[in-house]
Amino acid sequence: MKILADFSSLRNIKWYEHLTRFLLGGLVSVLAGLIAKGFGPELGGLFLAFPAIFPAGATLLDKHEREKKQKAGIPATIRGRLAVGLDARGAALGSAALGAFAFIVWKALPDYNAAAVLGAAFAVWIALAVGIWRARKLHVYFSRRKHLP
Amino acid sequence: MDLVVRFVVGGAIVSIFALIADVLRPKGFAGLFGAAPSVALATLSFTILSQGKLYAAIEARSMIAGAAAFLLYAVSCVYFIGMKHAKAAPATLALLAVWAVGAFGFWAAWLR
Repeated sequence: MKILADFSSLRNIKWYEHLTRFLLGGLVSVLAGLIAKGFGPELGGLFLAFPAIFPAGATLLDKHEREKKQKAGIPATIRGRLAVGLDARGAALGSAALGAFAFIVWKALPDYNAAAVLGAAFAVWIALAVGIWRARKLHVYFSRRKHLP
Repeated sequence: MDLVVRFVVGGAIVSIFALIADVLRPKGFAGLFGAAPSVALATLSFTILSQGKLYAAIEARSMIAGAAAFLLYAVSCVYFIGMKHAKAAPATLALLAVWAVGAFGFWAAWLR
């Protein structure tokens, strides 16, 4: 399956939806810092993997998919919820790679250059997330082929 | 001042990852970016500058528990929204409790 970039989808996003995500992202970043300051880095670190924008993103996705169907004359649909389910499946794979990101930063940061460690950990996150997604797609493809007559 | 800069940088990085997720297709692939280390990249950079690398490394260690809890949260969303067709907005918010219980549970069991 090809990975595509569809920039036309940006036209459907309203200014306040961008603002909501910006505010949520900023708020969680500040909260993570404050919790670390108040309760120590052991507790504050948990919030570095807080699903900051997933609820807002999922709600928007559900709303946009429903609006698309309503424009096509279908008033009641679960299409939005199915799309959110797919999105969450992707997030589950991404969160496994997020654990690897954290592991690399934990182990390498004390001994190496900070920018290089963060860059390398991010590169590993992308490679691992895409790799796991590809592997899952291949697994689904071959298991379906096995059941063909 | 530090909090304001942290807020702006955190909001900007999270928004950039959200925009990347908006344009990518298929949806399952775009979903990967819902679990991008956006908050971590913003917060860790500031922590390294203000508290040093060792302090940030301790945060990263706890982040492993947070990421495991994120996995639990995302799987719960797949089940309740994708399979049981619960409403997206209330379900994604209510299931944050799964993240909280998972994160503190993993932290207390393995990292404390």
